[in-house]
Amino acid sequence: MTAQPTQQTRRIWVFIEQEDGAPHPVSWELLGAARRLAAELDAEHAVVEGVLLGHQVAPIAQEAFRYGASRVYLIDDPVLALYRNLPYAAGVSRLVQSYQPEIFLVGATTLGRDLASAIATRVQTGLTADCTELTIDPKQQILAATRPTFGGNLMATILCRQRRPQMATVRPRVLPMPQPLAEAAGELIREPLDMAEEEVPVRRLRLIPSQQQLNLEYADVIVAGGRGLGGPDGLPLLEELAQALGGVLGVSRPLVDAGWVSAEHQVGQTGKTVRPKLYIAAGISGAVQHRVGMSGADFILAINSDPQAPIFQVADLGIVGDLYQVAPELIRQVRALQGGDDHVR
Amino acid sequence: MHTVVAIKQVPDTSNVRINPDTGTLIREGAPVIINPYDVHALEMAVRLKERFGGKVTVLTMGPPKAAEALVECIEQGADRGILITDRKFAAADTLATSYVIAHAIEAIQAEEPVDLLLFGKQAIDGDTAQVGPGVASRLDVPLISYAIQIEAFDPAARRAIVHRRIEQGIEVLETSLPALLTVEKEIAAIRRAPLPNLIRAAGYQPEVWSADAPNPFDPASIGIKGSPTIVGKAFTPPPKEAGELVHVADVGLAAAVSTALAKIAAAGVVATLPAGAKGGSP
Repeated sequence: MTAQPTQQTRRIWVFIEQEDGAPHPVSWELLGAARRLAAELDAEHAVVEGVLLGHQVAPIAQEAFRYGASRVYLIDDPVLALYRNLPYAAGVSRLVQSYQPEIFLVGATTLGRDLASAIATRVQTGLTADCTELTIDPKQQILAATRPTFGGNLMATILCRQRRPQMATVRPRVLPMPQPLAEAAGELIREPLDMAEEEVPVRRLRLIPSQQQLNLEYADVIVAGGRGLGGPDGLPLLEELAQALGGVLGVSRPLVDAGWVSAEHQVGQTGKTVRPKLYIAAGISGAVQHRVGMSGADFILAINSDPQAPIFQVADLGIVGDLYQVAPELIRQVRALQGGDDHVR
Repeated sequence: MHTVVAIKQVPDTSNVRINPDTGTLIREGAPVIINPYDVHALEMAVRLKERFGGKVTVLTMGPPKAAEALVECIEQGADRGILITDRKFAAADTLATSYVIAHAIEAIQAEEPVDLLLFGKQAIDGDTAQVGPGVASRLDVPLISYAIQIEAFDPAARRAIVHRRIEQGIEVLETSLPALLTVEKEIAAIRRAPLPNLIRAAGYQPEVWSADAPNPFDPASIGIKGSPTIVGKAFTPPPKEAGELVHVADVGLAAAVSTALAKIAAAGVVATLPAGAKGGSP
């Protein structure tokens, strides 16, 4: 199945992000997009390939094959055990120079953003951050990368006409997760790092883990609160509703700015992009900065006392009413539907 | 101890208005501010100066109007402000911008060694977070992005310990100096500017650097020529068709909620809600 590289091979690369041997799912989302781009660009000559760095991470390459990479370039070295900008950027940049991919996609995670700008600068090419849509411009046959700008008030489609690779980052959950193949084979190309630990000017002394591992980006149900809560006291109510639905708590930015809740709960332009199956927005007016982070949800229920609130424009269903009445009633009815174990009928 | 802080004057994006017909930004009357993260970067620099002595240099690339942002930085405690402005810099993308800032820092460094470079984690107009890391790569200095705290700083031993926020928690890194940090707001809380600073700022004129003087920039690396990316088109996000509205005041609380739950169940999106549900009985 592996495409033999020829003069005409057009490589579309995806950075396979891993930390402590665990691949970040955004890598698979990007491989899905890369396959679509390959078909749009040149079904005959375009190939999708992964780039993987770390220490003892070769098994991740097998997963990359299942998500559509025909080849994975692996730099496996103890210096790369923990992510650090310099050795990762140097290693990937050399791969880029050797193999000259046409397009290179990286996840817009903390790690990916840190890395992608360093690579783009080293290889002197264009990089478009936080894209929400990637297509091939049919006329020019180049990547058209669309992203929100000015706080989500404006969308811009960015082109990189001459230099290669055309680089773009995409946040987790912006692109759909593709179905992996049950079995797939690919070619593993090992490359050396050629950098000694002494050459790296930064070292990790320790990691203070987050108290809670909140996986907001990949939650199926999110119950989110906004300024309409009026105070931090309403948050336990929304947490209870989230729990009843098997979900987690999200918030809009003002609640984080007010110090009511930690930033890891924040949805929106300066927080997380989420794509849950159900998003309940309670007391969120729905400024564009919030909407860009949650409008990809499958079903949006908005609760707001103001029928003019912009959140209703993106909602599948809106309840106009007081969230302090609606949320308890939701909890009661959800529990009743689920069999009402702890509910008095 | 010499810290260089790079700042950007940006439109206040919480107040941005878009012309719905043209899909472009309405710039007239749009208030401009110093990018909020950059203000905290400067504050950190001023605090280090208070502790170790030395000076703080602030530079920005932008239109002539950005001089006022540098005056604000003097109020906050900066010693020197440099405005890099020239029509030749216009339409720079992040690659061209990082070239200009890095080249300017090299010129500053030639006059006076630099121990630390501080940038905001990103600018709120573009939100790319690319210029700081790009400058670090160009200058070949260690990069620590998303920094939230400087735990230890030793200019004599040329080492620092910095906390940065990553997805798994807080990573504590030791780095050699000079290093480049891009900072979150927690790095340092903003204080009120003291009176002597205000007096000094009132008469302060920032230095103005053009593309040609006092330090010539490579014409092929600046502005449109130095920018590999261009904006193909810009547009306002297309509005989605709004869903149904149920008013509690009209149908009552229980009915409004059961209608919602029935719709969610019918959409089959939530495993914890049985798909056949018609809404909870009161």
